[in-house]
Amino acid sequence: MEKLRILSDAAKYDVACTSSGAQKSARRGGIGSAEAVGICHSFAGDGRCISLLKVLQTNACVYDCAYCVNRRSNDTRRASFAPRELAELTIAFYRRNYIEGLFLSSGVSGTPDAATETMIETLRILREEYRFSGYIHAKAIPGADAALVRRLGMLADRLSVNIELPSGASLQRLAPDKTKAAILGPMGLIQGGIHESRDLVRFRHAPKFAPAGQSTQMIVGATNESDRQILTLTSALYTRYQLKRVFYSAYIPVNEARALPPVGTPPPLWREHRLYQADWLLRFYGFSSEELFDKTEGRLHPYLDPKCHWALRHREIFPMEVNRAPYELLLRVPGVGVKSAWRITRARRAAALTWDALAKIGVVTKRARHFLIANGKRYFDAPAANEELLLDLMSPRERTLYRQETAPVRQLSLFEEEIPTLSPVERKELSCLAAPM
Amino acid sequence: MSRRPDVKNAADAALTYRYDGSFEGFLCCVFESYTSHEIPTAIIGPDAPEGSLFDVKEISTDEEHAARVARSIPVRISPAADDLLRHAFLTCLPEKELVMLRFLQQGYRYGARFLSFAGNEEVWRLTEAVKRLLHEAHLLKGFIRFSDQSGVLVTTIGPKNFVLPFLAHHFAARFPEEHILIYDEIHHAALVYRPYESAIIPMDDFRAAPPDEEERKFRALWRSFYDTIEIRPRHNEKCRMTLMPKRYWRYMTEFTKDAPPEMARIGTGA
Repeated sequence: MEKLRILSDAAKYDVACTSSGAQKSARRGGIGSAEAVGICHSFAGDGRCISLLKVLQTNACVYDCAYCVNRRSNDTRRASFAPRELAELTIAFYRRNYIEGLFLSSGVSGTPDAATETMIETLRILREEYRFSGYIHAKAIPGADAALVRRLGMLADRLSVNIELPSGASLQRLAPDKTKAAILGPMGLIQGGIHESRDLVRFRHAPKFAPAGQSTQMIVGATNESDRQILTLTSALYTRYQLKRVFYSAYIPVNEARALPPVGTPPPLWREHRLYQADWLLRFYGFSSEELFDKTEGRLHPYLDPKCHWALRHREIFPMEVNRAPYELLLRVPGVGVKSAWRITRARRAAALTWDALAKIGVVTKRARHFLIANGKRYFDAPAANEELLLDLMSPRERTLYRQETAPVRQLSLFEEEIPTLSPVERKELSCLAAPM
Repeated sequence: MSRRPDVKNAADAALTYRYDGSFEGFLCCVFESYTSHEIPTAIIGPDAPEGSLFDVKEISTDEEHAARVARSIPVRISPAADDLLRHAFLTCLPEKELVMLRFLQQGYRYGARFLSFAGNEEVWRLTEAVKRLLHEAHLLKGFIRFSDQSGVLVTTIGPKNFVLPFLAHHFAARFPEEHILIYDEIHHAALVYRPYESAIIPMDDFRAAPPDEEERKFRALWRSFYDTIEIRPRHNEKCRMTLMPKRYWRYMTEFTKDAPPEMARIGTGA
């Protein structure tokens, strides 16, 4: 009991809990299936989905990464699961439908190879002895032997390696035992494995290597990389390493360290939220990371979602006629999502779309009304001024925060390092937003 | 856009159809409406209270009539419309039968393209209702908590829509070797599964036996995991309730307590 508490407590800062990307049924005599869309089994008090039993094999670790709860020099209680014990627990939870599968990570007790071997044994018992075909997400340990990573990938549905920090310099400062090469090495290896196994699909029974792909995670707010740096890296990971997901984790100080924000600093949740919004724009909306920023700007607008912000900077292409605009442009309209854009292209073949129909299709007219013309009709007679539009596109909460930050005229300091959480919008940026186009 | 076909005595009297509550029964109401050239103002199931103010016409279920209507839908409208109707019948949409009847009347008129009339009231209401049905079924695939009762996995659910048909396939694919009972206490029906066959049967009541020691152990482990996994500085009650509405909580292990062993005879059900 205590052991599960320690080892899930130590694992919870890993963000990924998705169970998506694999579709399979149990074999006769076996147990477990997976649905491509993923299934959430519960939601924790922080609102995060609980899908997988997220634990560490052990929280004993020889590394001393400054941001990590499990670092060597931390005085916490240590525990570890024997492979069989963890496999049994997984199955007992799975049968009761508590979980969708297992998310297994591990501290490095001994060598990276030894730690990987213990994880492999746990997964082997699950897959071979219990004939478990539910979802398994395993974390590859930087520095482990290529053959072992390969074996791990054959047993898991998804493999991931955490990048942790968005630049090599930060990594060197905060995680002296890990190098960029040690992290990108296995990432390339996994990508190679996935590629190879895709080539094998022609043979129906060829074993699949991490069929649900790989993902990674970055800590945001522990070091001073800009949003632009983070998203450029993200975009490279999606294209060069064909990652399925990049997760962002607002840094919660768990250790006192000189190089880190002090314990008690609130996690930069808004910044994390903006990064996820931008991430979606990269993956599903055809945006490039460069488009999301103004020429010199390094960060996303703190109070406005990046898609609205982009639209505000490109008012020359709006309003567009919803009955004629191509799919790619519809995707760029605030208030139109991937699904509603698709529904629009389908529905307008049957009849010209009106504002009423758009609402029924699921378009958020509150935002889209500034950017669309429906069957020749504008929603407003006159287009709104930029500043007015900016406020209208914000949610009430964003508006309140924005007003709080901008109401008193603040002395502008160009050299001050801004705290990444909810940092105030510089007035210069505002005035440029409000200027007529 | 909700024009109706010409009907001789439409709306000159409040007319109620009463049917047996089955999908075939509903198809017979459609048949009756067409052959008698009338549009009912209400279609009620067998359990609805008698409203003496209105004319109540009993519609008996005739297999041949039902089959004729059933055949016509995929052909004269589209297979997708057929799917939509069959799913809509499982939803908790108020007066779903009337909406479905109006849907059919227009569908027969416009044919296959009718489903893409984005602004149409009936298309929209049925699509939305089905969306909610499928969403609830999806949520329950995750939120269901089984108890191991001497080898059988049992649970009780209280869904708004009739989701058991969707759960049947899911759990059969997931636990092919288990014996399963899912009791729906709102619709008084149960899904029972044993290796390689399943059935949905009417059931008035079901009470799970009190948990044995092993069951209590895993429940306690799960609660401890659930409480530990939250990152406290990020607590967000509103987010949790949006994603996991409170009406599901009372069936879920993480929010229920087991009585101490000596009082365990009362049990907690879920």
